[in-house]
Amino acid sequence: MGTIEGTFLDFKDLDRLATGDTAIHGLDPRAKVLVTVVFIVSVVSFGRYELTALLPFFIFPAVIMALGNLPVFYIVKKVAVVIPFALVVGMLNPIFDRQVYVHVGTLDIPGGWISFVSIVVRAVLTAGAALILVGVTGFPAICMALEKMGMPQAFAIQLLFLYRYIFVLTEEGSRVSRARELRSFGNRGKGMQSYGSLLGHLLLRTWQRAERIHMAMLARGFTGAFHARHLYRFGRREVVFLLGWSTLFIFMRLHNASQLLGSLATGILR
Amino acid sequence: MSHHIVEVAGLQHVYSDGTAALRGVSFRILHGESVALVGANGAGKSTLLLHLNGYLSPTSGFVRVGDFPLTRETVTEVRRTVGMIFQDPDDQLFMPTVYDDVAFGPLNLGFPPDEVEQRVMKALATVGIEHLQDKPPYRLSGGEKRRAAIASVISMSPAILVMDEPTTGLDPLARRQLITLMREFRHTKIIATHDLDMVFDVCERTIVMHDGAVMADGPTREIFNDDRLLSECRLERPLSMQGCAVCRKRRQEI
Repeated sequence: MGTIEGTFLDFKDLDRLATGDTAIHGLDPRAKVLVTVVFIVSVVSFGRYELTALLPFFIFPAVIMALGNLPVFYIVKKVAVVIPFALVVGMLNPIFDRQVYVHVGTLDIPGGWISFVSIVVRAVLTAGAALILVGVTGFPAICMALEKMGMPQAFAIQLLFLYRYIFVLTEEGSRVSRARELRSFGNRGKGMQSYGSLLGHLLLRTWQRAERIHMAMLARGFTGAFHARHLYRFGRREVVFLLGWSTLFIFMRLHNASQLLGSLATGILR
Repeated sequence: MSHHIVEVAGLQHVYSDGTAALRGVSFRILHGESVALVGANGAGKSTLLLHLNGYLSPTSGFVRVGDFPLTRETVTEVRRTVGMIFQDPDDQLFMPTVYDDVAFGPLNLGFPPDEVEQRVMKALATVGIEHLQDKPPYRLSGGEKRRAAIASVISMSPAILVMDEPTTGLDPLARRQLITLMREFRHTKIIATHDLDMVFDVCERTIVMHDGAVMADGPTREIFNDDRLLSECRLERPLSMQGCAVCRKRRQEI
């Protein structure tokens, strides 16, 4: 059953992955964020009937997962959560788009099916890349990278606080909801009415906590500017990482690597 | 040193909803003193603490910290002098890692990076949690969180430590360790608490508050021997002063 606490534990796991100490973890977060952005843009910018050219892109998640020591099954499970959304988005394509696009032997495959599968593959690739980015970088480091690359500091701080207090809020939320469950018998007490006041209380508590946090910040000399440590350096390794992957993605975007590989193989065989 | 004095005189505070939380509180705390602030729930302890670092401003009366009367102009200096440790460490630890949290104050005070690093490591060593520096705060146990919160304040080297309920929610060992730690601090300490046994161990002076006013102010031992005063203020003797629990029970049975 998907409970608040269950989701919360999953979230903690992802966070724990980011504490690894592989070469990938040690790279400047900016390099990883940029590479992921190039990857996502390349994948998303393909035409709607493109399928074969997308497949070579799986090399990126595969390599990073291997180098970053991420548990494959865990990431696959997380990606599976977003698949239903992609299914809904592409569901109607096979119904409306019946024009035959590809012949495989005697089988005619309509364009709708191709675009449907293409949507799902893209969802897997982009969601996977984003998860892997968090898994090898950690959310706070991503925020700081974004800030250094020009995102307004207010947004970065918002995101950091969101991330810090989502753990506290989920804990509080699950306590409140457990207390309600224990005192509601059958369906009594589980209606919208009690849910509304439960959420209201949670909001008010959050408000009070925000006030106390602000107090604590003022007490330590906060004047509006956030001073972060500068832990990372954008060195030669980062340049190589960024240029290497970006070149590969752009190449795979412009040329269908599957076809090239195929014709290469058949060329040698001939 | 004469200039680390906390002086509160005729302090009154009325909240915007009309509740009078403080009705003329006065006391003086000298350098190096360790003072407990005790009283029932709603006696005004927390409101008083919020005045000591200028988060609330008095309806009338004044607060003086060191050489500075607390005003809008001096509030930064006062906040640097008065280190405030909040009741819930989750409110105080808001940065991604313990290190960042401890560095937050010194960075805001504008110290150069080397100095910040030194201060952070020293503060972490003082409370004995160097090994936790890269951990995110939500991964710490209650006792560790409390230590991290203390480190985040002492890295600014305040002269006065103000603590709100430092021992709540700690297991007995963590509580004992915290008490030992607090006894080591040479700072002037002001501790608001319900843990009267801790007061007995840490503070030589106690201020009893009741309904927004000071009911008694004197040596801890004397205050805790005054049963009438204690019961009027919804308090009781610390357990360690109540004699042996087994004998007492036996006496009642006879």
